Amino acid sequence: MHHASMNEVLIRMDGIDKSFPGVHALDKCRFELAPGEVHGLVGENGAGKSTLMKILSGVYQKDAGTIELKGQLVEIHNTKGAQSLGISIIHQELNLMKHLSAAQNIYIGREHKKGLSVLVDDATINEKTRKLFQMINLDLDPQVKVSELTVAKQQMVEIAKALSFNMDVLIMDEPTSALSDTEIDDLFKVIADLKAKGKGIVYISHRMDELKRICDRVTVMRDGCYIATNPMKDITIEQIISQMVGREMFESSHPQIDTSSTEVVLEVKGLNRGRRVRDVSFKLHRGEILGFAGLMGAGRTETARAIFGADLMDSGEIHIKGKKVEIHHPKDAVAHGIGYLSEDRKQFGLALGLSVETNTVMASLTRFLKSLVIVDDQKTRRVAEDYVKRLNTKTPSVDQIIRNLSGGNQQKVVIGKWLVRDCDILIFDEPTRGIDVGAKSEIYRLLNELADQGKSIIMISSELPEILRMSHRVVVMCEGKVTGTLKASECTQEKIMHFATMRN
Amino acid sequence: MAQTSTKRLNPKATQTLLAFGSLILLIVIFTIASPNFFRPDNLVGILLATAVNGILAVGVTFIIITGGIDLSIGTVMTFGSVMAGVFITMWGLPIPFGIAAGILAGALCGLINGFNIAKLKIPPFIATLGMMMVTKGLNLILSGVKPVYFVDTPDFAKIATMPVFGIPMGVVIFFGAALVAAFILTKTILGRYAFAIGSNEEAARLSGINTDAWKMGIYALGGAFAGIAGLVMASRLQSAQPALGAGYELDAIAAAVIGGTSLSGGEGSILGTVIGAFIITVLTNGLRIMSVPQEWQMVVTGLIVIGAVYLDIMRRKVR
Repeated sequence: MHHASMNEVLIRMDGIDKSFPGVHALDKCRFELAPGEVHGLVGENGAGKSTLMKILSGVYQKDAGTIELKGQLVEIHNTKGAQSLGISIIHQELNLMKHLSAAQNIYIGREHKKGLSVLVDDATINEKTRKLFQMINLDLDPQVKVSELTVAKQQMVEIAKALSFNMDVLIMDEPTSALSDTEIDDLFKVIADLKAKGKGIVYISHRMDELKRICDRVTVMRDGCYIATNPMKDITIEQIISQMVGREMFESSHPQIDTSSTEVVLEVKGLNRGRRVRDVSFKLHRGEILGFAGLMGAGRTETARAIFGADLMDSGEIHIKGKKVEIHHPKDAVAHGIGYLSEDRKQFGLALGLSVETNTVMASLTRFLKSLVIVDDQKTRRVAEDYVKRLNTKTPSVDQIIRNLSGGNQQKVVIGKWLVRDCDILIFDEPTRGIDVGAKSEIYRLLNELADQGKSIIMISSELPEILRMSHRVVVMCEGKVTGTLKASECTQEKIMHFATMRN
Repeated sequence: MAQTSTKRLNPKATQTLLAFGSLILLIVIFTIASPNFFRPDNLVGILLATAVNGILAVGVTFIIITGGIDLSIGTVMTFGSVMAGVFITMWGLPIPFGIAAGILAGALCGLINGFNIAKLKIPPFIATLGMMMVTKGLNLILSGVKPVYFVDTPDFAKIATMPVFGIPMGVVIFFGAALVAAFILTKTILGRYAFAIGSNEEAARLSGINTDAWKMGIYALGGAFAGIAGLVMASRLQSAQPALGAGYELDAIAAAVIGGTSLSGGEGSILGTVIGAFIITVLTNGLRIMSVPQEWQMVVTGLIVIGAVYLDIMRRKVR
């Protein structure tokens, strides 16, 4: 034991089980936290880290298992219950009300009253907030509006809020994902301070270098299971990564054709868009499935949206079949034969209240006109029915409202929409998200068929097995930059994770 | 094919059927309650009284289907009347010029609304509220704060009143406008895009549809219908009444909503709106015949609007 206080236990979670409809999110997980300890919690996207910590902080309820706080069994029914036990969580997406002041945010729901208890006493909460800020050496006016603060400062306000609950345990989910290096240093100072005061800190992060810097121990999770807990001193980053990805082998189901010699249909040069897309360059060949791997927030979706014209790029060039093109609006991209299948079908891909037919022809209605403006109903119907058959979409008829279809069948309608438009370049963003296992393999088969037909596909996926199984080549992104490009033959989960966590 | 097309109407047709049933029920009740109700002259009166609101309501239905709203159609309608008066009476131009001026003036106001909403991203409620105030003022300025009479052109009155097979021309225009609107909404690309935008504007944009341009077109179409309503109105009154107009937009929106057009967009039909417009007029007319004071007529109409929307919400929950 390299840490004196490690014999004491602040939190002990054991046998934690949690299922959501269709997903077994946590399978007998355990976790331990000592006072004065910074405990790293790592795993791939979907490994269950956030779910486990949401159970500890009362956001979710466990299905089974026990939680001990300082040796006492506790039940945590909601976030309020967790807070009263001294457990606070700071989510990746901060939960502050931007139009209220820092102090009002910290004491929301616990306002001090005066004057027959009808007036709020801002003076008192401002004073209390000032004291909280002093505890973390934060020089900030409690009355400042949160909207005027940087993300880093907002995070400090969240930490102050947690302290206002007399917290013993602070859970931080990806706290540095939006911070600059100096801001990270400041945050780590505060964490070191809290640690010195005997608080226990759970630190969820993908950034291996940070884990090395501040964590005492690290727990690895994979596919909803507990894998291992080790003192940080005794383990290397490579060992952590190999624990994260496991040892399963995934067979490559597609023929290893060499697409590097075929025509380049899409070339992106020096693409920039905000902070999430920085100097991205890559080439896409005819008949190729180009996997885009990376962790959440790596900028893959943002890259796709910028190429498609859904967001305007700041700078960069897009060449299609050797010719430079200007894309200022999705209609420009569509005109150049690019189709984009969003990760969020319901929000960006489908008109849920309309029929299979309407959605199928939505991107190409101008091709189904009888005269100048009149839609040829019979033609649109025939085409929609044709694609329902071809894609094996399960729907009673093409008049069915999309909302009533399953996720997999909805995805097929979106695919159909772009096939009707005759797109040569298809960008699939998380093509199998929210799709059950049986339908997944059907989507994979479709992707392979499309590639065989000469379509070029960009496939953004957060599931490494999916990337390995489908891609001819893999582009790996981290924090808005392309950190590596791998051929299928040289791809391993470890290599991808290595590039995906490579900060620069 | 016939079978599939009836199947196709089913979900959307429920509300229309419900509205139609209510209309019949109202007519039956008033017929029983008063011998004066179901008489040819009163029925023609109802038709004519519905024409103006009906044309307005048909136009605003397109806009509501895109998920938008247009509060300016009442005063834009009057703007159409006033422009016709300016062209015909003040400038002495032939009637067809006045008609064109009225319709184009309406369409232009709609186009400006559409531009402000689609390009400047001003919320529809605010953009059209502003247009309502602007046109209200312009109506008074252009007319010199007094009615513009069509004294030299008695033919102008024929637009609304000339009998066609015993039915006033204004009513024929209303039905014609409704038929054209139904065709545009169900058969043309503009109609399809209106539903697509109202159902999920971002998905429509990401399908490569120039949603901004189509929205501008749809608001302009709504404005053109308001211009037509303004012509019928002016023709009936044989004058452009610059102080009229405010308040008409709410009746038109109410008609669309009663007819099953969803204020959250993506759903609606012209037939429903026409029935909705008739429900409002029948109610007003019937209550008046039964000597219910005007203030109470308003109360009842208001309750009907709330009830109709509540029924629609319940229907959705069941589905």
